[in-house]
Amino acid sequence: MIKVNNLDKVFDGRLVLDNISVTFESGKTNLIIGRSGSGKTVLLKSIVGLHDPDRGEVWFEDVLFNKLDFEGKKKIRAEMGMLFQGSALFDSLTVEQNVRFPLDMFTGKTMEEKTDRVNFCLKRVNIINANKLFPSELSGGMKKRVAIARAISLNPKYLFCDEPNSGLDPLTAILIDELIKELTEEYSMTTIVNTHDMNSVIEIGEKIVFIHEGLKCWEGTNKEILNSDCETLNDFVFANSLAKQLKGIAK
Amino acid sequence: MKYPCKYIIMVTVLKLSSLKSVNICNFRLNYFPCMIRFLREMGRYFLMLQKVFSKPEKPHIYYKQTMHELVYLGVNSVGIISIISFFMGAVITLQTAYNTENPIYPTYLIGLGCRDSIILEFSSTISALILAGKVGSNIASEIGTMRVTEQIDALEMMGVNSASYLVLPKIIATLLFNPILTLISITVGIIGGWIAGTAAGVITSEDFVYGIQYAFIPYYITYSLIKTLFFAFIITSVSAFQGYYVDGGSLEVGRASTKAVVYSSLIILLFNVILTQLLLS
Repeated sequence: MIKVNNLDKVFDGRLVLDNISVTFESGKTNLIIGRSGSGKTVLLKSIVGLHDPDRGEVWFEDVLFNKLDFEGKKKIRAEMGMLFQGSALFDSLTVEQNVRFPLDMFTGKTMEEKTDRVNFCLKRVNIINANKLFPSELSGGMKKRVAIARAISLNPKYLFCDEPNSGLDPLTAILIDELIKELTEEYSMTTIVNTHDMNSVIEIGEKIVFIHEGLKCWEGTNKEILNSDCETLNDFVFANSLAKQLKGIAK
Repeated sequence: MKYPCKYIIMVTVLKLSSLKSVNICNFRLNYFPCMIRFLREMGRYFLMLQKVFSKPEKPHIYYKQTMHELVYLGVNSVGIISIISFFMGAVITLQTAYNTENPIYPTYLIGLGCRDSIILEFSSTISALILAGKVGSNIASEIGTMRVTEQIDALEMMGVNSASYLVLPKIIATLLFNPILTLISITVGIIGGWIAGTAAGVITSEDFVYGIQYAFIPYYITYSLIKTLFFAFIITSVSAFQGYYVDGGSLEVGRASTKAVVYSSLIILLFNVILTQLLLS
């Protein structure tokens, strides 16, 4: 379980996150949704410690994460995996070296054991015969999958995904969503996904938090989101014409 | 005492940082915000260095990185340093020859002048300025791109000390290899001077060889190598600092790259004066 209490974040005098309190449940795919610039990425980065919150607390189980020093955070971070918006694969390393990087840094495994683990992770995300390729030689969808393989290489307890579908075609986006959901169930991870893709919300959102202009406006499940009374949430959910038509048919 | 000293300093710095200008004895000073910004940047630079020199997590990974940087930043610079040193030596010889056309001066002085100019100044300082352009911009843009594409965030996320992992191998590699580059530069520069001098007929081969051996002071080589070590550290750390704290996109990476070259060149020139005074006085 990840718990956020009264979190504030200010950038250059501008309040980007305003008193956010939310609990992300264990073993579930938790979604943070909202418009671009609403503060989703800042919230995610504040949770994982890439931003220091100006006020508030971030708890990983019973550990107050944001007050830990570098070494303390390092221990918790060994249990985290993160998929960044632009994949953030290391340009100078091959696919295999990218996935092996956390194993090289934090395990004492032999090269054979590490290679086995790398191949297992790559196979799990359906990347085959691409071990020796560099990130520049991969498509957007492949980059995301390699980044997921790197994120799960250390068997993490927590998985964070920042807009995993951005820049992908609808079919590849569905594949990435399915992969995240499957991995969450398979490894009983606590997954937090930042997205503004409504298909992801409906398909994988077991718990959804809606952020608007730095404030938490709504939280619920994918079953509840379509019947919400929250006006700003409805404006967001039914923003495109197809969704509006479907809503009209449903009524 | 009513207030502790630390409190008074803190309040003074805060007051100064909020001032845009101040009148002291009818002299308007507009420099406080610039000064505070300068001090803040200095503070960030030294904080980054503190992170860079903290204990590495896996020394063997740092060793591999250092070997990679030795090739990338060091061996790959041999070509440009050799070409520039050759022509530098040639021009110094010819200019010395044409400016000392006097029967009073023995011609071997041309060789001596070429040797001393190259060892004392050109091979260390001019090579450092060239490397600031080549290596400095390379380091700033590489680390800056890693910052804007979230690769540094990915390292931090894994619990890796990103400053140490990215910068320390570069600093070690340049500290190890730049003295070798300086020695190559000295050798090639003197060869360039010898070829140009004899080919242009301004000095005989015997006189040039006599001149480069005449009144040789070995300490000059030590002086040149000490300067090179300082310059190598300046080039790598200043450029890495510019790249590491990039905020924005490709435009900012380009700006950081330019700043890296400009700032490291200026600091090299400043340290050249200080080190010359300290080592030769």
